[in-house]
Amino acid sequence: MSDTAVETTVKGHKRLERNVTLLGAAALVTVAIGGIVEIAPLFWIDNTIEPVEGMRPYTPLEQAGRDIYVREGCYTCHSQMIRPFRDEVERYGHYSLAAESMYDHPFQWGSKRTGPDLARVGGRYSDEWHVQHLIDPRSVVPDSVMPTYAFLADAPLEFEHIADNLTALSYIGVPYSEADIEQARQDVIGQADPDVSPGDLGDRYPGAQSRDFDGDPDRITEMDALVAYMQVLGTMVDVDSAAAQEVLAEESGR
Amino acid sequence: MESLTTRSVMWFVLLILAVMAAALAHDAAFAAQMVIVAIAMGAFLWWTLYSSKVDTAGNWLRAPSDEGRYDDDPVRWGVIATLFWGIAGFVAGLFIALQLAFPALNIEPWLNFGRVRPLHTSAVIFAFGGNALIATSFYIVQRTCRARLAFPGLARFVFWGYQMFIVLAATGYLLGVSQGKEYAEPEWYVDWLLTVVWVAYLLVFVATIVKRKEPHIYVANWFFLAFILTVAMLHVVNNLDMPVSLLGSRSYPVFGGVQGALVQWWYGHNAVGFFLTAGFLAMMYYFVPKQAERPVYSYRLSIIHFWSLIFLYIWAGPHHLHYTALPDWAQTLGMVFSVMLWMPSWGGMINGLMTLNGAWDKIRTDPIIRMMVWALAFYGMSTFEGPMLSIKAVNGMSHYTDWTIGHVHSGALGWNGMITFAALYYLAPRLWGRERLYSLRMVNWHFWLATLGIVFYAASMWVAGIMQGYMWREYGADGYLVNSFVETVSAMWPMYVARAFGGLLFIAGAVIMVYNIWMTIFGHIREEKPLTSAAYNPEADRPLVAQPAE
Repeated sequence: MSDTAVETTVKGHKRLERNVTLLGAAALVTVAIGGIVEIAPLFWIDNTIEPVEGMRPYTPLEQAGRDIYVREGCYTCHSQMIRPFRDEVERYGHYSLAAESMYDHPFQWGSKRTGPDLARVGGRYSDEWHVQHLIDPRSVVPDSVMPTYAFLADAPLEFEHIADNLTALSYIGVPYSEADIEQARQDVIGQADPDVSPGDLGDRYPGAQSRDFDGDPDRITEMDALVAYMQVLGTMVDVDSAAAQEVLAEESGR
Repeated sequence: MESLTTRSVMWFVLLILAVMAAALAHDAAFAAQMVIVAIAMGAFLWWTLYSSKVDTAGNWLRAPSDEGRYDDDPVRWGVIATLFWGIAGFVAGLFIALQLAFPALNIEPWLNFGRVRPLHTSAVIFAFGGNALIATSFYIVQRTCRARLAFPGLARFVFWGYQMFIVLAATGYLLGVSQGKEYAEPEWYVDWLLTVVWVAYLLVFVATIVKRKEPHIYVANWFFLAFILTVAMLHVVNNLDMPVSLLGSRSYPVFGGVQGALVQWWYGHNAVGFFLTAGFLAMMYYFVPKQAERPVYSYRLSIIHFWSLIFLYIWAGPHHLHYTALPDWAQTLGMVFSVMLWMPSWGGMINGLMTLNGAWDKIRTDPIIRMMVWALAFYGMSTFEGPMLSIKAVNGMSHYTDWTIGHVHSGALGWNGMITFAALYYLAPRLWGRERLYSLRMVNWHFWLATLGIVFYAASMWVAGIMQGYMWREYGADGYLVNSFVETVSAMWPMYVARAFGGLLFIAGAVIMVYNIWMTIFGHIREEKPLTSAAYNPEADRPLVAQPAE
């Protein structure tokens, strides 16, 4: 059978079954539709992320802590997404807002709660509790099944190139200023070393807390960074303020 | 690339680049990864030189390819790799299951749960599942096209490049290299490697179809094609990253927050939909009819369920984000499509099961068929459970609990595991030219151990998940929450132990399989009471060689 004869006699789906280019193109179009319809609008529909007061990028120390959180795979057991249910709001605090993870690359909402949600863990426990808990979880929560993270207290934080991390984040939309990037290294020291003045850290990162986080003022460890990150989680937006409540009252859809 | 010089220079340059990258690395983990790359490049260089046969002009002599035979070497390696990574992934799974019951098993920092869990998921999905898919697709596409594999060199690159991807990803997790997105944990340079390998895979697969001797493209190949194309799309979009430095392991994903979450679960759910469903349905569409010695039940059904499956699956991602900060319309859309997805999923199950029409007695006599039927039954069960869990009211309770873990495993152990085991049992005697498997009775043993293992696993996780879900939201008469979080953790203990026991049974079955296939490869035959299996005629298992033009 010549090609033209095939063209005329073979119709419908059989055409696809005889031509791998057609088949592949048809399959690709078919699978592309769903993603385009669902994902693309999130980038231009305004109310996807309702703006709220208080959101700022992480300080270099907090971001370094977040990188450790990602590195250790904490998201495999802890979520950072409080759903709008009575029990979750009472257990963990106000339900999570989209804006609260707007500077999170990657997002760490998680999918499993072997341990509790951490979206609003900031300020709930003392630094000492966090350090003790990370070193030996069962010394503070006897039935915990969490692994121990004692090595963080001994691991000096590597922040020689921390400005590069902020630069990379600024390329993908996190609004770090030039001053933030230039002073990134100094900001780490200023935030974690009690003997060094934080300078204008608090102006550029409103609400940033500067202190020795890990109980070892002599050096800056990965424990400092992780605890600094834990303590800022969920604290940037004052969800109980009158302004925030007004915005939330207008929110629909949940 | 035919000359020895070109090849060895290429490996040598890559070796030097890897050594330089290791020397200049910004972080220790990246240095370690580059050392691994350098070792691999050195091995390839050594192998190129060692196995070379050169003529006086310096040209590399390659054995002429025999167009009258299928190119099965990459398939044989793939079968062995599937066995190896399967055991590795299952053992990693058992290990983390035990860690949840006995936290003292965490060995910080390298073997903490958070680092081993991605190792387990990647090892079973991408290493075990991926190798099974690549090997069977190379086997099936040749048979159904009656043509030898196109680009044999590239096909070998696909195999070895894919192993390199696995090794880099796995060692990376243990070293703390992760971009923190579930099922997409490998960092930017590993993603790039996989992209190159995957494009090569697509080329080999499509070019083999192009040179086919059969007028029609068989249905299994539609599924493989959709799987390869879609995984390429998902992988590239979800792994758009900004590396901090070309000499460091860290990168930041371009999409963050809400958009990042939806892109991730669009990827994540369709890794299930296309990697673990479409690809494995392709295996089903070849091996079930072959083993049953019956044609596929319905051609029409295969068309309808193919197009509806691939169209609907891609929408289902948002059901992983119910009641989160993702806009409500996207959640609802995800739920509606997930429920609709039930139908095309069952279309595949029905088409597979009904292929046994008139041969149902084989379930009693042929242990490989029994495995296939069981795989399809589990496929049907988990594709019912999935849509049910995607309904928002159900998901509100089940999300974040172990029910999800149980659901995943009834699909992964029951469907993906069983159909892969059956395919390996089908392939082993044929690939190594043996009369039959070493032992069909052992297949039966494997079947029962695996089944029992899944029952323990799924049942304990159902109980654990439902218990967790209701304990978290339990209110007392006084209007306060009844349980602290840690009380819900300690309540899980018996279920976690039962689950680990189920996993142990499943592994025991897999070990029997490895022994069985090992003995088959070495040509042994166990003396036992006979069981039946599909007939095999090696003479008919050949490509159609070129015929004179009509």
